[in-house]
Amino acid sequence: MIRSHVLICAGTGCTSSGSTAVRVALEKELVRKELDKEVKIVQTGCFGLCALGPIMIIYPEGTFYSRITPEDIPEIVEEHLLKGRLVSRLVYDDIGEDTVKEEGKPVSLNETGFYKKQKRIALKNCGVINPEIIDEYIAMDGYAALGKVLTEMTPADVINTMKESGLRGRGGGGFPTGTKWQFAANSISDKKYVVCNADEGDPGAFMDRSVLEGDPHAVLEAMAIAGYAIGADEGYIYVRAEYPIAIKRLQIAIDQAREYNLLGKDIFGTGFNFDIQIRLGAGAFVCGEETALLTSIEGNRGEPRPRPPFPAVKGLFGQPTIINNVETYANIPQIILKGAEWFSSMGTEKSKGTKVFALGGKITHTGLVEIPMGTKLREIIYEIGGGIPGGKKFKAAQTGGPSGGCIPASLVDTSVDYDSLIAIGSMMGSGGLIVLDEDDCMVDIAAFFLKFTVDESCGKCVPCRIGTRRMLEILERITSGKGEEGDIERLEELAQHIRATALCGLGQTAPNPVLSTIRYFRDEYEAHIKEKRCPAGHCKALARYTIKADACKGCSLCAKKCPVNAISGELKKPYVIDQNKCIKCGICMESCKFAAIEKK
Amino acid sequence: MKTLAELAAIKERMKDKVAIREGNASTRIVVGMATCGIAAGARPVLSTFVEEINREGLFDKVTVTQTGCIGICQYEPVVEVHSAGNEKVTYVKMTAEKAKRVIAEHIKGGKIVTEYTIGKA
Repeated sequence: MIRSHVLICAGTGCTSSGSTAVRVALEKELVRKELDKEVKIVQTGCFGLCALGPIMIIYPEGTFYSRITPEDIPEIVEEHLLKGRLVSRLVYDDIGEDTVKEEGKPVSLNETGFYKKQKRIALKNCGVINPEIIDEYIAMDGYAALGKVLTEMTPADVINTMKESGLRGRGGGGFPTGTKWQFAANSISDKKYVVCNADEGDPGAFMDRSVLEGDPHAVLEAMAIAGYAIGADEGYIYVRAEYPIAIKRLQIAIDQAREYNLLGKDIFGTGFNFDIQIRLGAGAFVCGEETALLTSIEGNRGEPRPRPPFPAVKGLFGQPTIINNVETYANIPQIILKGAEWFSSMGTEKSKGTKVFALGGKITHTGLVEIPMGTKLREIIYEIGGGIPGGKKFKAAQTGGPSGGCIPASLVDTSVDYDSLIAIGSMMGSGGLIVLDEDDCMVDIAAFFLKFTVDESCGKCVPCRIGTRRMLEILERITSGKGEEGDIERLEELAQHIRATALCGLGQTAPNPVLSTIRYFRDEYEAHIKEKRCPAGHCKALARYTIKADACKGCSLCAKKCPVNAISGELKKPYVIDQNKCIKCGICMESCKFAAIEKK
Repeated sequence: MKTLAELAAIKERMKDKVAIREGNASTRIVVGMATCGIAAGARPVLSTFVEEINREGLFDKVTVTQTGCIGICQYEPVVEVHSAGNEKVTYVKMTAEKAKRVIAEHIKGGKIVTEYTIGKA
């Protein structure tokens, strides 16, 4: 009999921080202490708090241990699993500043600042079940939704439920899922396809990977439901080859579902056939664009094609196809089981349900969070994310990756939903949320994202291939101190043309990071161009190191350390830096014992 | 698998295996497992509770956990039963045999085994 479950995260984040070694050490220690018959180890997907990995949760207490090393294991086994005493030095119990901790009372996971405002739907099973065991998914009502649609609902019922739920595409576009399915259902054809877009490519985004790693069956089940709704019998999951753990777990899930006949012929004896195959993407960003993705599945070079015709009319192999994102699918089984009304009761008027965000950048709790639509950005950053580390000031949040924009600190009370973000010139995107602090230069951030699109442009259309490169050249000119009067206007003009004329979403949205940083941080652009100064002190070419004469003791240490002999002076008198020779390496500032050197 | 009944059967079979992670149990049996408790024989008491709960199929209602020393070492092994809405019951000088009776009469029957409680010892 098992009296305790030890859940260890085996997602990509915790695997890279060493969760495998922790698991092996625990297995050995349990055998040594003769607890292996009472305590079960469960490997799960991502819990979300990746910054504190490897992570372990011990049930029934629900104790959350973070940053575990194999050396901690003997203590956890002896103290917690045998004697029932918490190893308090490893317990994560940050409940935020506004809550008072009760003395001696262990803090449950849901009370911590990181989790208490979250609402987990797409991530429901992530970190709860072992994704490699189909029975655990079934225990959590898995495949019951598929059973329900096949035995109790008509395809039209399913589509109506999706429409009523208000679910919109979670990949970034925000198109209503039910409407998309209706289009495909209306298309008349003997052969139709269901495709899952798992080509997650935005820098800093890893929501889809976590769902695939933590709950792959939810995606398979939803695809089968979609197949029934539109009349398709075949599905493809297009996943990037850089996600080896996700691919492995998906394949295990598909094999197990076939073995149980939850995929294959005559599912639940209803005559409905559906099977799924995996296709690996080679990592081109443009293949996340739906028409390029379909072209790539067909075996061709991943290039987009003009729409219309939309995939729902003429998609994969020329047949009607629906293509949805991983997170969108992950919501569907629960909408079927709990009803459209349950789902639409969460969120805002036009954005229903929840959204998963990957928190990154200058934030204390890097990781994965799922919040109801309409949550304020302030709550995400300060309450769930734990604020900005090092006492720095919050400057802006970047959402939507290379297609999105920034939200400045002045708009930190913006509600996070599709329409509010569009209104302020950003976008929901697939869910990457990068936090920037006072040390980040907005011109440099814009250049970073634009460089990404320049590299990833497939080259098929001129505005994207050449236009984005011209924009990048201007940005790099500005950050290296060679900006010219009129550069901002040139950027804006190019951006308008690229937006209007590029062939696909990649090009049309590529100027967004530049436009939104100009909109909110125009003064920073101007400082770079007119004053040759980077207000954040980030752009190396514009940095200027000077010695404060009153603080300098004339010790000559900086002059000795300077690799280009740019510093000179007389002992015991203030030294001077020759700006023409200085290469801005910053070694002088690091070596000065009297803080006499400043960077402007 | 050809029917919904088969799916339901798997779910039923798996229920006890994942129930522990849901935290819905209404009753918690806490066994003192500090050095004093272990020395007095708490280990077989804990094992007996675990086995009996499994045998009686009570796993979705009851969890068994351990705790440290609560300071009454002369009464070890000490077992506390917390159930929703009721005051906690403390059993002392427990043995495997006594544990079986607590399961049968208190946990299943709802009748506290007064003679084992701290008030009587």
